[in-house]
Amino acid sequence: MRLQYPPDIRIIQVPCTGKVDILHLLAAFEEGADGVFVAGCLEGDCHFIEGNLRAKQRVKRVKEILDKVGLGGERVEMYNLSAGQGGRFAEIAREMDQKIRELGPSPIKLSKKKSTGSRVEVAA
Amino acid sequence: MIRAVGKPLEEIIDMVKDYDKILLAGCDGCVTVCEAGGLKETKVLGSALRLHFTQAGQNKVIDETSLTRQCDPEYVGQLRDTIDNYDAVVSLACGVGAQFVVDMYKDKVVYPGVDTCFLGVTEERGWYTERCQACGSCILAETGGVCPIARCSKRMLNGPCGGSEGGKCEVSPEMPCGWQLIYERLKTLGQLDRFEKPRDTKDWTSSRDGGIRQIVREDLRI
Repeated sequence: MRLQYPPDIRIIQVPCTGKVDILHLLAAFEEGADGVFVAGCLEGDCHFIEGNLRAKQRVKRVKEILDKVGLGGERVEMYNLSAGQGGRFAEIAREMDQKIRELGPSPIKLSKKKSTGSRVEVAA
Repeated sequence: MIRAVGKPLEEIIDMVKDYDKILLAGCDGCVTVCEAGGLKETKVLGSALRLHFTQAGQNKVIDETSLTRQCDPEYVGQLRDTIDNYDAVVSLACGVGAQFVVDMYKDKVVYPGVDTCFLGVTEERGWYTERCQACGSCILAETGGVCPIARCSKRMLNGPCGGSEGGKCEVSPEMPCGWQLIYERLKTLGQLDRFEKPRDTKDWTSSRDGGIRQIVREDLRI
């Protein structure tokens, strides 16, 4: 398909978004990620029945935590798309990248003086 | 089992903001089961606190551990070699565990990381309901195994009251009336005659009367 999406996105593959833990998402921010999006299967289509629904709840909780600690919950998002929606993946990646660029670099990264530009983590 | 919920993050941040070295101590017992204060929740809290203080430009040492139980001396004693490395401890055990850490390390500042709520069951993951108020004198044998002390909003011994309607308590339309549950249970067991016998006043001396309660089992002591 040769779809284009921003090159500063690092993809972390997991067997199911149900495997994505709150601690994984928080660790990404502790490491200085500017934003994270979790790309799960469409709701109702999870091979493990409710993996993506669990991920949705975890992302919701991480949003709350990020709001409370001062990073802003909008730096983490959950998206649902099927494996056949490559175009949608690229679209989401661009959308998330743009949003994070508007928010600016992570305060954690700035605080650690490692500012090297925007970086978005993806768990898929 | 004891059920608890994590304290609001803002409250914990406010408690520990003046300390540089903080130990978060979870408990692998009851609070792990209700996902309020086990190792996992302790690590989540640690991560959240590090994010908060790092973005605020404050460099703090925040470490996590979790003890098998914080209500037994042999496990709380495991902190002996490391606790002096920290200025403050946040205990994610129930109030019992937090106080036992205080008892064993009298010069250490200890803060609660959870709000201890009640003795209850897991209806389903994330939904816990009260079943026992530890009154110290169990009357379940008389009430079909449903406790009126814990499950009647008024702790009535001869219910239901006039606020029971359609099997629900007047406190909330979603809350089952404890005495309706007792009635239905006794009916199922064919023991409705129990329902017709008024109960005497309960002996509350085993509850909070007389101050702090103790159990002393001489047969277990050496």
